[in-house]
Amino acid sequence: MKLSLTVNGADRSAQDVWPGTSLLTALREEFGLTGAKNACEQGECGSCTVYLDGDPVCSCLVAAAQAEGRQVRTVEGLGGPEAVQRAFLACGAVQCGFCTPGLVVAVHDLVHRIEDPDEATIREALAGNLCRCTGYEKIIEAVRCAAAELRAELSEHSAPPGLPEPSESSGPVRR
Amino acid sequence: MTIQASAAGIGDSPTRPDGTPKVLGAFGYASDLTVPGMLHGATLRSPHPRALIKSIDVGPALAIPGVRAVLTAEDIPGTKYYGLIAQDCPVLALGEVRYHGEPVAIVAADDVAAARRAVAAIVVDYEVLTPVTDLRAALFDPDSPKVHAGGNVVRHQPVRRGRADDPDIRALADVVVTREYQVGMQDQAFLGPEAGLAVPAADGGVDLHVATQWLHADAEQIAPCLGLAPELVRMTLAGVGGAFGGREDLSMQIHAAMLALRTGLPVRMTYNRRESFFGHVHRHPAVMRYTHGARRDGTLVFVTAEILLDGGAYASTTEAVVGNAASLGVGPYEVEHLAIDAYGAYTNNPPCGAMRGFGAVQTCFAYESQMDALAAELGMHPLDIRARNAVKQGSVTPTGQVIDAPAPVAEMFAQLRAMPLPPDRAAGDLLPGGYGNTTHGEGVRRGVGYGVGIKNICYSEGFDDFSTARVTLSAADGEPAVTVHTAAAEVGQGLVTVQGQIARTELGVERVAVAQADTTVGSAGSSSASRQSYMTGGAVKAACEAVRERVFSLARERGFQVAEGSRLAGGKIVSASGEPLVDLALVLGADVVEETREYRHRPTGPLDRMTGQGSSHVQFAFAAHRAVVDVDVELGLVRVVRLDVVQDVGRIMNRQSLEGQIQGGTAQGLGLAVLEEIVVADGKVRNPSFTDYLIPTILDMPPMGMRILEYPDPAAPYGLRGAGEPPTLSSTPAIAAAVRDATGLALGRVPIRPEHIAVPAQNAARDG
Repeated sequence: MKLSLTVNGADRSAQDVWPGTSLLTALREEFGLTGAKNACEQGECGSCTVYLDGDPVCSCLVAAAQAEGRQVRTVEGLGGPEAVQRAFLACGAVQCGFCTPGLVVAVHDLVHRIEDPDEATIREALAGNLCRCTGYEKIIEAVRCAAAELRAELSEHSAPPGLPEPSESSGPVRR
Repeated sequence: MTIQASAAGIGDSPTRPDGTPKVLGAFGYASDLTVPGMLHGATLRSPHPRALIKSIDVGPALAIPGVRAVLTAEDIPGTKYYGLIAQDCPVLALGEVRYHGEPVAIVAADDVAAARRAVAAIVVDYEVLTPVTDLRAALFDPDSPKVHAGGNVVRHQPVRRGRADDPDIRALADVVVTREYQVGMQDQAFLGPEAGLAVPAADGGVDLHVATQWLHADAEQIAPCLGLAPELVRMTLAGVGGAFGGREDLSMQIHAAMLALRTGLPVRMTYNRRESFFGHVHRHPAVMRYTHGARRDGTLVFVTAEILLDGGAYASTTEAVVGNAASLGVGPYEVEHLAIDAYGAYTNNPPCGAMRGFGAVQTCFAYESQMDALAAELGMHPLDIRARNAVKQGSVTPTGQVIDAPAPVAEMFAQLRAMPLPPDRAAGDLLPGGYGNTTHGEGVRRGVGYGVGIKNICYSEGFDDFSTARVTLSAADGEPAVTVHTAAAEVGQGLVTVQGQIARTELGVERVAVAQADTTVGSAGSSSASRQSYMTGGAVKAACEAVRERVFSLARERGFQVAEGSRLAGGKIVSASGEPLVDLALVLGADVVEETREYRHRPTGPLDRMTGQGSSHVQFAFAAHRAVVDVDVELGLVRVVRLDVVQDVGRIMNRQSLEGQIQGGTAQGLGLAVLEEIVVADGKVRNPSFTDYLIPTILDMPPMGMRILEYPDPAAPYGLRGAGEPPTLSSTPAIAAAVRDATGLALGRVPIRPEHIAVPAQNAARDG
């Protein structure tokens, strides 16, 4: 089959794609984007997480054909190193790094949805991303660190002085 | 003006140099490698744990369009067998298969789909035999079939000290506890599956880009099987997605090289998760029977232990695993009278070898459970009985080795005790069963447990263990720059960072690059046994020292004053008091100073075959855990609420990486305690997927408190103590003890499953 979609803002297409190809395989083999990883191909580990029309998905569980005509954004398309990627580096959340691209996308989604996620929210949001190296402690630190940096950016750019800040820890949706 | 020590030197936590490409998704893992025109390899594996191969018909596979080669054992160019210690493992099955998943044939094709179709099209006629799967029978039943001609005992290592069998000695014990323990088969479950690329070279050799733990040991095993001279097998480390011991043994290396040499084209092989479960060795399952005798005050009188380790179909590193189980089998305790027998067996179960903790994990679960059983009998606190018997500097191990470096085990207990316990369970806390919402908390009980372990660092039993480093110093644009080149495998642990830190500290140079690991430099040994900071760290330090001496000579030749006690800092030669003497760039000019050094740790000796006596280990390391759990005693569900850890590391080289090692090791111990097991029935693996083999998620992991001690080991570079493995030992027994504390059950097996808790509880309710 022919496959046409938008990847990281660019129109991409491929000819003669086997109809059973997953989005993950298409990204890796057809478009040379190897950031998303092939660790389990069962949707258990989250290493292949990408945005599909703005929602994080396990690209191994999405047929490439389902992405026809849609917007895909991968770890390579985050324009980094951005806040989440910088936080992963600074907090030591990267060891072997095989889970990192998927986690970066999952955390990017989390901190752009929830301004100040508490620990329970972080753990629930990342329950679909396996990491074998870190025991997750430094990943949680990285999430907090990235969220704080984004809040600081936000308050620099928007908040006029004197307006009350939202206070609930798992509250406002940003986008 | 005084020049300060280099930033990002040892003791700092600089950003890891491979970190930026890793967060950007740009790091080249082995499974990401491509070259134009490359073929894709695939492997046919045995569906049977034990069978004779009557015939193999590759014709139907070769007929599939796009298939370039289908190879079997007949096509192995050189030696048919390989192995890390004993060469007993066939490259491809030779007339017989000995485990479920053993490679039988390999295929190269234009694309992955064609390769997989070809694998499915190969016709193998098997005569299925009854597999040898019972560990005890394999070892001790004279009627058991032999997995290999030499019998089923890979190694029996006794350790004898004192008079543990003497009734007069035994009578000194006021309390005696005998229990049996079992440990299930754990998988390393690194996230990056086995992968690599083999490129045939014009000189008849092959260039291999693979994810491995020890490039030179790979090359030494690969070359004879390919019938090639050693220098014709060149290895480069591809990005490694975790290892934990699972990449010590070869997987796809010889297969890809055979296909590349046969077809004359590059061949990539990438396992998927299912194949990965068959593609590497696992942690040895164990059956252990321990008897501990103690006085009323808790002092150990004697220990006897029988430790059975299932090595599966091929030897891998079973021999060394047995050595560890035997020599470390009573834990970090002084015991005057002991008798240990550790056995490693051949069976038709999946092959087992190296995994983080390497023979010290299984026994730690057993001896720590024994200490708790004694404490319960004596009405003592679990830490009090441990402290009473803890080794210290000067203690003698079961093999007669004197611990001549600090061993602050008792202080570790004091530190653990001083760490705050989590508050009692409150409304709103996550319960066992998590978001499954299986309870409102009515059957939930809290428990607390402790564990401590002892692990050898570096290779043992007389192994010639060394690492090589090449350090190059030159000046570019008026600024000194250093390149460090070793063959040491960065597997995620942060070795690449530490190598740069050492060079910055020793040479006082900010600009340090660590070159890609490959076999154009001498062996660095394995990224195993918590040894690389010690060994490759020691080699980098030695090479830097040699470079520094050369620089001083060069400076003197060129008329600069270099006083006694000078050193390098801030890109300059500085006096002992830190006064700048001359810029390095000025001294160097256009010269390049390069030195290569091999570093060896102090020699070790063998264990006596009959008594197990000998100074077989280089260094001992210790970690201790306290676990707090909530257990739903009706449903058998466990939630680990908190894991606190104390570890002595001698010297902190990089705190951030070190904490990551301790936290990650602790998580793997939690996995073994309550989640992880490769289920094998009649020799067949039943759960080769991440759906059915469960590693801890972020929801399974609790917050971890940590205290790190620094009691330097004078024999080690910078006084450091290997740190990667010890936390994997002690978290498992701590969690098991906490679950026992919550349930009152004996729980002699890990991983603890819900039925181990719920069924006895229900029986008790029914019978009570």
